[in-house]
Amino acid sequence: MAEKLTVKKVLFGPVLGNNPIALQVLGICSALAVTSKMETAFVMALAVTAVTAFSNLFISMIRNHIPNSVRIIAQMAIIASLVIVVDQLLRAFSYELSKQLSVFVGLIITNCIVMGRAEAFAMKSPPFISFLDGIGNGLGYGFILLLLGTVREIFGSGSWFGIPLMTTVNNGGWYIPNGMLLMPPSAFFLIGLFIWVLRTLKPEQQEPKE
Amino acid sequence: MAQNNDSIGKTFTVIGGLCLVCSILVSGAAVGLRPLQDAAKARDRQVNILTVAGLPTVSVAKTYQQHIEARLVDLDTGRFVEAEDADSYDLRRAAKDPATSIALTPEEDVAGIRRRAKLAPVYLSRDEQGQVQSVILPIYGQGLWSTMYAFIAVATDGNTVQGITYYDHGETPGLGGEVENPRWQALWKGKELYDEDGQMALTVIKGHAEASEHFKVDGLSGATLTSKGVQHTISFWMGPKGYGPFLSELRKGVLSHG
Repeated sequence: MAEKLTVKKVLFGPVLGNNPIALQVLGICSALAVTSKMETAFVMALAVTAVTAFSNLFISMIRNHIPNSVRIIAQMAIIASLVIVVDQLLRAFSYELSKQLSVFVGLIITNCIVMGRAEAFAMKSPPFISFLDGIGNGLGYGFILLLLGTVREIFGSGSWFGIPLMTTVNNGGWYIPNGMLLMPPSAFFLIGLFIWVLRTLKPEQQEPKE
Repeated sequence: MAQNNDSIGKTFTVIGGLCLVCSILVSGAAVGLRPLQDAAKARDRQVNILTVAGLPTVSVAKTYQQHIEARLVDLDTGRFVEAEDADSYDLRRAAKDPATSIALTPEEDVAGIRRRAKLAPVYLSRDEQGQVQSVILPIYGQGLWSTMYAFIAVATDGNTVQGITYYDHGETPGLGGEVENPRWQALWKGKELYDEDGQMALTVIKGHAEASEHFKVDGLSGATLTSKGVQHTISFWMGPKGYGPFLSELRKGVLSHG
């Protein structure tokens, strides 16, 4: 990375400019799975941000001591420990949500964003800026998650954060929910549309024709 | 990167140290948070029981203490079993342990649960005067994607449904996940389980069931397989291999004379 890394750039760059989902195309799996409701999307975004930030911090702190031959395993050990701690915390303080998120918290371990940032950034940068990079990428991931969650919950269930906006037919109202939006594939279409819009607005993100 | 980082000695030291630190962190979190997690779990169960009993869920622990009494029932005989720890009895764990459960034959196993515990907890819900108002039974069975867990409240006549609460499942949100919908759960109130011959007669139907149709409940639209799962769960647990014997004891008035 040739350009100078300013705090602002590291922190907010990943939201639109270098978004982990839209540009780096990482972490799609969980973006499909947890965004049918805002509540789960929000908690997932927080959990991933925390894990990415702290794994970046710790990995960066010991980056000069990690043997090159086993660096991936060392990164995994740190990431896995952090994810287990987050999972345990959720179970203790937010049992309802931990039930809804179920396996997806555990699957943060395999979320490519965490691993990708550790390998691409934290191994080469000092702790503080790595920590911010983790938060920044968490924000970028969370931004997409909340965007998807908003569209999917409003049109799929007629509510937002569980607050009813449009009374559905099941509750005696008029709105017939769009069932497709509750299915994971709908998130694919939404992410696709988002990438389209983003790359139209920021042509520098378009990949050169081969 | 320094060359000596990749020496065998350094590799083992770094990885060993890292593993040690990580394991201390993980076990510390697991052990340290255990009491809080157990409390959260117990509270969650109490809230569900109070909800299905139609009791307020404001001061959970206090209301639960006042109104709910946990007892254990031998499912084969349908009689109460004296036990100290009825309130902490873990039905899911008991169903997994061969010593405390029985295997079900494929014909018996309509709910798709494979093993069934010998003993099951029932929760008696009492009013202010100490009169038992309803009996709350934990039930579960396969839906489309997941095992769905519920409590069903049955009146002391051992026949009338007073409420149902699905509290744990992994069905599609918005379709099968509508088992959680309080409006749908409210449809169960006043339905009857058994016909005049004592046969399990309650069915989950496709389409609309009038409130006067005592043996029929609306299915969930767009969730045929989840609705079938609900039907199978009810059929199994209210049948002879489930709480059938206990409910028939209940109809004979087992509660009024101990």
